[in-house]
Amino acid sequence: MKNDLNLAELSLYEVRRKIYPRAVHGWFAAWRWALVWATQLVFYGGAWLTWNDRQALLFDIAHRKFYLFGLVFWPQDIIYLAVLLIVAALSLFLFTAVAGRLWCGYACPQTVYTEIFLWIERAIEGDRNARMRLDRQKLSPEKVLRKGAKHGAWLALALWTGFTFVGYFTPIRELWSEALALALGPWEGFWIAFYGFATYGNAGWMREQVCKYMCPYARFQSAMFDRDTLIITYDANRGEPRGKGKAKGDCVDCSICVQVCPTGIDIRNGLQYECIGCAACIDGCDQVMDKVGRPRGLIRYSTTNAVEGKPSRTLRPRVLVYAAILGAIIVAATTSLVLRVPLKVDVIRDRAAISREVEGMIENVYRLQIMNTTEQARALEISVSGLPGIHVWGEGTVGVPAATSRMVPVRVRVEPGVAPGSHAIAFTVRALGVDGVEVREGAAFIVR
Amino acid sequence: MNEFTSGFWDFYIALLTLLSIVACAVFLKSQSVRKAPGDAETTGHKWDEDLAEYNNPLPRWWSWLFYLTIVFSLAYLVLYPGLGSWPGTLGWSQVGQLKEETRVAEQQFGPLYQKFAATELEALAKNPEALAIGQKLFLNNCAQCHASDGAGSRGFPNLTDGDWLWGGDAKAIKATIAEGRTGVMPAFGAALGGEGVTHVAQYVRSLSGLTTDSLKVAFGKEIYLQNCIACHGADGKGNPALGAPNLTDKIWLYGSAQPVVAETIAKGRTNQMPAHKTLLDEAKIHLLTAYVLSLSRPAR
Repeated sequence: MKNDLNLAELSLYEVRRKIYPRAVHGWFAAWRWALVWATQLVFYGGAWLTWNDRQALLFDIAHRKFYLFGLVFWPQDIIYLAVLLIVAALSLFLFTAVAGRLWCGYACPQTVYTEIFLWIERAIEGDRNARMRLDRQKLSPEKVLRKGAKHGAWLALALWTGFTFVGYFTPIRELWSEALALALGPWEGFWIAFYGFATYGNAGWMREQVCKYMCPYARFQSAMFDRDTLIITYDANRGEPRGKGKAKGDCVDCSICVQVCPTGIDIRNGLQYECIGCAACIDGCDQVMDKVGRPRGLIRYSTTNAVEGKPSRTLRPRVLVYAAILGAIIVAATTSLVLRVPLKVDVIRDRAAISREVEGMIENVYRLQIMNTTEQARALEISVSGLPGIHVWGEGTVGVPAATSRMVPVRVRVEPGVAPGSHAIAFTVRALGVDGVEVREGAAFIVR
Repeated sequence: MNEFTSGFWDFYIALLTLLSIVACAVFLKSQSVRKAPGDAETTGHKWDEDLAEYNNPLPRWWSWLFYLTIVFSLAYLVLYPGLGSWPGTLGWSQVGQLKEETRVAEQQFGPLYQKFAATELEALAKNPEALAIGQKLFLNNCAQCHASDGAGSRGFPNLTDGDWLWGGDAKAIKATIAEGRTGVMPAFGAALGGEGVTHVAQYVRSLSGLTTDSLKVAFGKEIYLQNCIACHGADGKGNPALGAPNLTDKIWLYGSAQPVVAETIAKGRTNQMPAHKTLLDEAKIHLLTAYVLSLSRPAR
């Protein structure tokens, strides 16, 4: 629509064109399915594992305890979550620098669930052409039946996914009996429905739009790509001019690579931000090449340098730096986890009663917040050091039940004669009958 | 507050809010299409002379989401207070929410405290479960003055020594916590004169067996019998009905040194235990009393 001599009206929004990815088989598709199985066995199965008579993987937000097999994390261990996120981000950088969007193409939940939902869709409605035909058809009993069956299967799987997800935050076996008895709590019901709907909506309806418009990764990946990054490349030198015939290149212009693409792009136009690196076009093209008797690899994993005939190398500073940082953080985090003492102590001085004289001694009072992060009850001995003759007055041993936090008032005394002012002292809390479970925590002893 | 505010500002805020929402809608509409030169597929933006941006249109539902936020904001402003002084049709308020949450918490945790409400305090003081709850209440409400171990500090009574200013039986302790206490030692400096104060202080200290000058003690005793026995008694054992301390038990709220005792006599002391019945309900005070009772050890 021309309003002015040279100005055209351009819509910044458009109706989405539905994409019907064609089924594809081959080496990379097999890899994707292997990862679908691996990730989903872990996800759907992990919640049902048992460890020490409790759920092995349980993130109990209400009680602020996070169980990971033998490990129990407390909110104070949030640093490990931060480290995990840093490791995940650095791994993403490393893999991307080496081989592009490996995560997106094979392991991202959006890809994995889309793959599963597509499989269901194919099983019920048929492959690309059958699906396109069905969508064009007028409403018929068959269409209603097929669409209904597809959405029913999608919803069932989505709800099971939501249920499993919630099962990591509330004991899954109890959740299951509640679900069977239709007696779910309002919040449990809400979150199962919420995550179920998110799965159904994202994997069934949104699909590539999540990658194109919502995921920030597509937009900043170019910062991690360079000319030595493996990307899915169409070899234009070999392929062009495309078409059938003697004088033409290897590309027979069969458009299989476009038909299999889950984001609906034509890889022959070069690297595009929509490309999630799933390699479906490689599998599709390789089969065609086999049929027409040409060598495989017209579309292949390659680097910009390699395609242009320049030397290409994997080990370059960017990769080495990412790998070194990643390795260092993993080693540090593992060491810290292994050496972690399952006992935490916070010392809080009494603030109103700073210092007092009792029975000729100078006394300060503290509260010790003692957290026993193990799953066994512990007897703990409290001692103090830092001034001559300093000692805990009264009972020096306390019991703290398993996975419990306890506040213990402690009186500390010294002989008179200590200079007025603040003195650095340290509390030592030691578990009796266990080696190496000991925490030292500094405090101040005040003399008036 | 009315002298500082006027209805004008409510109106002003409401107008600004509504104008902003309308402006958002106009902006969204105007930004959904763009006029670009020729039939190019670019957005018409140009940077650095020749850098153009391809038009990658977003899906249409995306722009619906923006309009949906406008519908949401209008619905929100009708339902909740947000538009000037409009209270919202739902009647929601911060105070109301706090009250509701408090009510829910009372309902949830109330039984925990109520469970012990009928138990005798003496029995409760030996019940570990009740004492664990009592200790938490104590640490949150009492430890600021009486210290975490209950042994107090200067001016704040020690609750563990078996000595009670206002009586140490369960009923008296409960009354102290619930109703609070105000202990007043009047100033005698003007009435007794400097020397008189010194002599009384010497006598009072002698009651607890502290080394003193026997002559001054004798003078002090004379003055004591004329001025102090109304509250502290002829034998110096005090009077729990008035909160008058026992002067013979070697326990000193402000210290036992001669100048300190003299200061107490000359200038007087006023000591206040705040009433807690406005802060804690009966069941909590019951548990707290049991805990305090358990802290107290028999007098030496």
